[in-house]
Amino acid sequence: MNVLVCVTKTPDTTAKIGFVEQNTRFDQNGVQFIMNPYDEWYALVRALELKEAQGGKVTLISVGLADCDQVIRKGLAIGADEAVRIDMDPADSFQVASEIAAYARSGEFDLIMTGKESIESNGSEVGAMIAELMDWPFLSYASKMEMVGSTATVDLEIEGGEETVQVNTPFVISAAKGLAEQRIPNMRGIMMAKTKPLQVLPGSGAAARSSIVGYSLPKEKASVHLVDPERMDELVRLLKEEAKVL
Amino acid sequence: MDTTSTTQSRKSSAREDRYQGHDYYQLDELLQEDHLLARDAVRTWVKQEVSPIIEDYANRAECPYHLFKGLAEIGAFGPSLPAEYGGGGMDEIAYGVIMQELERGDSGIRSMASVQGSLVMYPIYKFGSEEQRRKYLPKLGSGEFIGCFGLTEPDHGSNPAGMVTNIKDDGDHVILNGAKMWITNSPVADVAVVWAKDEEGIVRGVIVEKGMPGFTAPEIHGKWSLRASITGELVFEDVRVPKTNILPNVKGMKGPLSCLSKARYGIAWGVIGAALDCYDSALRYSLEREQFGRPIAGFQLTQKKLAEMITEITKAQLLTWRLGTLANAGKATPAQISMAKRNNVNMALEIAREARQIHGGMGITNEYPVMRHMMNLETVLTYEGTHDIHLLITGMDVTGINAFS
Ligand SMILES: Cc1cc2nc3c(=O)[nH]c(=O)nc-3n(C[C@H](O)[C@H](O)[C@H](O)COP(=O)(O)OP(=O)(O)OC[C@H]3O[C@@H](n4cnc5c(N)ncnc54)[C@H](O)[C@@H]3O)c2cc1C
Repeated sequence: MNVLVCVTKTPDTTAKIGFVEQNTRFDQNGVQFIMNPYDEWYALVRALELKEAQGGKVTLISVGLADCDQVIRKGLAIGADEAVRIDMDPADSFQVASEIAAYARSGEFDLIMTGKESIESNGSEVGAMIAELMDWPFLSYASKMEMVGSTATVDLEIEGGEETVQVNTPFVISAAKGLAEQRIPNMRGIMMAKTKPLQVLPGSGAAARSSIVGYSLPKEKASVHLVDPERMDELVRLLKEEAKVL
Repeated sequence: MDTTSTTQSRKSSAREDRYQGHDYYQLDELLQEDHLLARDAVRTWVKQEVSPIIEDYANRAECPYHLFKGLAEIGAFGPSLPAEYGGGGMDEIAYGVIMQELERGDSGIRSMASVQGSLVMYPIYKFGSEEQRRKYLPKLGSGEFIGCFGLTEPDHGSNPAGMVTNIKDDGDHVILNGAKMWITNSPVADVAVVWAKDEEGIVRGVIVEKGMPGFTAPEIHGKWSLRASITGELVFEDVRVPKTNILPNVKGMKGPLSCLSKARYGIAWGVIGAALDCYDSALRYSLEREQFGRPIAGFQLTQKKLAEMITEITKAQLLTWRLGTLANAGKATPAQISMAKRNNVNMALEIAREARQIHGGMGITNEYPVMRHMMNLETVLTYEGTHDIHLLITGMDVTGINAFS
């Protein structure tokens, strides 16, 4: 089973979020980046488990500039065999998906895995677009996947419940919590990752189809008001006039 | 009353480990990718495996033995030893970074790793026969065996060269007699690297195995420090040890001292972790805790404490980074390592005390890690050469005059 796992960098969950260039770009200054947890904990680890059970190869792919290399190296340290970085600063999900699909067509992959979303934009777009571009089935929000030969039985998170489907390779799947368990790279893995191939390829020239007009932050959460239990009238007034729930 | 409150309830703030590293001088830029990956991995491991349980184990003065396996799995034992002997094949800076993240969790957990890697695996690797290396190192590296290091004796602490533990020739065996004191991991150890004098008074390293007749390792109770680490004695009454268990390639105090240099180097890095955890907790607490209508971080006296803490941490980070590059080049002298151990442990202990004050009454509880670090650091100040002994080493190095005896 040859698996292509798509990984991206996202800001650490504790990062301060700000914007520059008239609010059209995320301010990366001083921000710590991590591997998108859905890519790392679930997609990559499940891919490694498949390889351990059936043989084959796990390849990482990331579309981005050289500052993605640390995240890619971590994926190699966790156990991926090799990695590819498409060297460009993508403008939208379509561009990312196009580059990944272009690369995937050049290789012999049975399965493409992504995280269900990246935790910074929560778009859930790239996986679906890759599937469309490859003309492969797409299974989104997978929380369980059993593979027998080339047939997978997959549990998908759906609104209010779960759906179980069967599909044959090749297909694209997006990983949700439950698909696998986080693996912490060990020191030997980190050292081995240094010698694993990380190929840097130019983009295929696919164009973006949308552009960012602007970002804005959500309204700040209001502070907590403690109301004296003796003063019910005040509580009612606040609920009516400020919270507007009554 | 209508107040805006950020006060934490006594429960909510504690259990969750919200630690973040602090890098005031962008020293991460001096680190390689593998150092950063190692740090990230060990930090994640500590948050998952150590933080949730450590207060409880320290409180009960119990060693979380199950962590030996986990420490082995992440590769915390002998990371700078070659991979073929159970190590990680990493450089000295990676080793330092790993110790720092472990001690960020707890000095006792770092001690488990220091002893196993620097004081047990290192001498077997460095001074052992090929047969000894093959027999012990993979099992120590994988955590199947726990090791301990016996140098200190009841009557010989700062002056280990005065040791009375001894071996006498007995054909293809030696007969070992004597006692060691304050030995980390001894009650649970499968192998002990013991330093003893031969009949000519020359210090030799002997690998003693659990179960050898005449060998016992009673536990020392009642410690207020390093409570999550187990400490004991080693008692030898006519223990017959095969000569093949003697480390063939070292004679004299150089043997144990070179191990101590390794471990002290790790401590110089490690304690920065404890200091960072105290600083991190104090900084967060001081921003959240309000008195007189404003966060206590707004008061000049609190700022003085915090500013001095991060200044001292930054200096210590620079010192260890440079020491690491020297160690990588094989140029770090024992005296340079002494200076870093002494400076950094003292720095960490002072930061723990200041951080304790910033936490007010909360600082004396196990809701916060600070008092535990502070108590742990009292041991770290003393073991592996006391604070004063390291000062005398620097003094001797710069004057050429021995002030020890
Ligand atoms: C929790 C714990 C774990 C330990 N683990 C190990 C271990 O795994 N293996 C091991 O071998 N040892 C271990 N030790 C022992 C440790 O290394 C010794 O405690 C240390 O070397 C000091 O020896 P001592 O306790 O006998 O103190 P002493 O040597 O008696 O020192 C007492 C005081 O006298 C001072 N002093 C001594 N000589 C001089 C001098 N010439 N000039 C000025 N001042 C002097 C010292 O600085 C100190 O302040 C451990 C200790 C502790 C507490």
